[in-house]
Amino acid sequence: MAVTLEDVKRVANLARIEISNDEAHTTLDQITGIFSLIEQMELVDTSTVIPMSHAQGVEQRLRKDEVTEIDQHELFQSQAPKTEAKLYLVPKVIE
Amino acid sequence: MQWEVVVGLEVHTQLLTQSKLFSGASTTFGGMPNSQACAVDLALPGVLPVLNRGVVELAVKFGLAIDARINSPSIFARKNYFYPDLPKGYQISQFELPIVEGGHIKIKTGKSNEENEKIINITRAHLEEDAGKSLHEDFHGMTGIDLNRAGTPLLEIVSEPDMRSSSEAVAFAKTIHTLVRWLGISDGNMEEGSFRCDANVSIRRLGDEKLGTRREIKNLNSFRFLQQAIEAEVEFQKYTLETGGEIKQATVLFDSDKRETQVMRTKEDAHDYRYFPDPDLLPLIISPDWIEEIRASMVEPPDLCFSRFIDSKIDSNSKATYALSKYDASMLTADIDIANYFEKVVEIIGRKEAKLCANWVIGEVAARLNQDNKNIKASPVSPKQLAELILRICDGTISGKTAKDVFSTMWDGENHASADEIIKTKGLKQISNSDEITKLVDMILIDNPQQVADFCRGKEKAFNSLVGQVMKATKGKANPAQVNDILKERLNKKGQE
Repeated sequence: MAVTLEDVKRVANLARIEISNDEAHTTLDQITGIFSLIEQMELVDTSTVIPMSHAQGVEQRLRKDEVTEIDQHELFQSQAPKTEAKLYLVPKVIE
Repeated sequence: MQWEVVVGLEVHTQLLTQSKLFSGASTTFGGMPNSQACAVDLALPGVLPVLNRGVVELAVKFGLAIDARINSPSIFARKNYFYPDLPKGYQISQFELPIVEGGHIKIKTGKSNEENEKIINITRAHLEEDAGKSLHEDFHGMTGIDLNRAGTPLLEIVSEPDMRSSSEAVAFAKTIHTLVRWLGISDGNMEEGSFRCDANVSIRRLGDEKLGTRREIKNLNSFRFLQQAIEAEVEFQKYTLETGGEIKQATVLFDSDKRETQVMRTKEDAHDYRYFPDPDLLPLIISPDWIEEIRASMVEPPDLCFSRFIDSKIDSNSKATYALSKYDASMLTADIDIANYFEKVVEIIGRKEAKLCANWVIGEVAARLNQDNKNIKASPVSPKQLAELILRICDGTISGKTAKDVFSTMWDGENHASADEIIKTKGLKQISNSDEITKLVDMILIDNPQQVADFCRGKEKAFNSLVGQVMKATKGKANPAQVNDILKERLNKKGQE
């Protein structure tokens, strides 16, 4: 699958990463390189292999349903650029 | 032209847990902003999600109740999109291998006297976390973010496009609503957003196999809006196609004031979520033993409870049956707390009087609950109190009409008085002594010669008037059946004289 410069710019936009035209070109070259590696790997027949999600075959650990957190909003909000009425303030976004 | 409506629903229901899906923060509704948003919910660097065991159990309960497959392993995936009330930049959801796959529920359509049953297939039900809340009111041109809701566990239930009208869609949503509340997996509170629907709507020519292009109506938080939105959308699609237009796939919102759907985004600018398995979470393994443990802890599902309520077989080994009408049974099984209340009442009185008990629960009790806007769990009259009252009707101590007054006193009273106490203090005991009633009847006959003469000339109405006089003289305490009998007997004698 060939990746285009447009694809790179689109993904950058979706991820909210600002990239220059030069950076987009460099990124395109790198991604194309990675894709050719993937294409090579796809030649291997994996039809009988169960997809593996962890190298050691471990499973998801679970926790009991109980409240263990306390209200620390003051501490957290001391790091926030702007707050008011206990709310985090962000630039206005209307979808 | 004849069109067929095709609807599929996605129901987002908040699961009833103490803590969030991946953090130990509280899920209680209505807290001070951000007081229940911990480091994991805020997506601070270095935090990791840890799955809540309680959430898994609730989802499995749902899966078992609809006869679905429980996937093990089940996989969590990242759904990527950018919005300030989603601090991680992705929502943890499920894509491949959702926890629940397949299954079906039965819905009832049409009026209660000509009810039809229909099977609606469920595609899947998956776990995902809710986002926070954006407040667009004016904060000096900025948006306020409250992350208390971020990370709250949701079960998204997706149906197959099996519904053929807005009323079927509403019946489906209501059945799911009853089921999740019945199973105790969600409070189903629509005002608080614990139960919301998206509807996928398309139309096709009657008889066509191929589905039409669908548009998705987002965020419907009441059954009324669900119905209205689908109807408005169908009208729009009919008009568009009949005037030579074409339906373009889109996501729309319903404007309840204008009663119309409005495009939110089209397919071209649809979200590209770039789902991929979340590397922070390992495959969820649900062992057969665990599933059986969960199954054993489940209550009887509502459809089986309904069948049992209308069943008349008596089998000492299985649970009680009551031989009720379908109407009564569906009213009583609308909510598990109502069904439990009814069964507690019948347990005291005996199943022979099940119909009378049903009448009281559906009638008097439901009316007062409705009037006071109360849940049956908060009923001021306990099942035991109601049972004692109904027993006094059965043994003839009071008439059904007097019982309603006693019930009212019981409901409004603060001291939880028993039926017997109220009957005694108010002197409501029915007069069932036939000598006493005969004496009274004779007196009334002497005082009302005109009515007696009218009756003897064949005026049936006069009889009712005479019954009324007797009841009035006893302040309604005379046993009405006895009054009828004795009065008839005395009048017949007079007629023969």
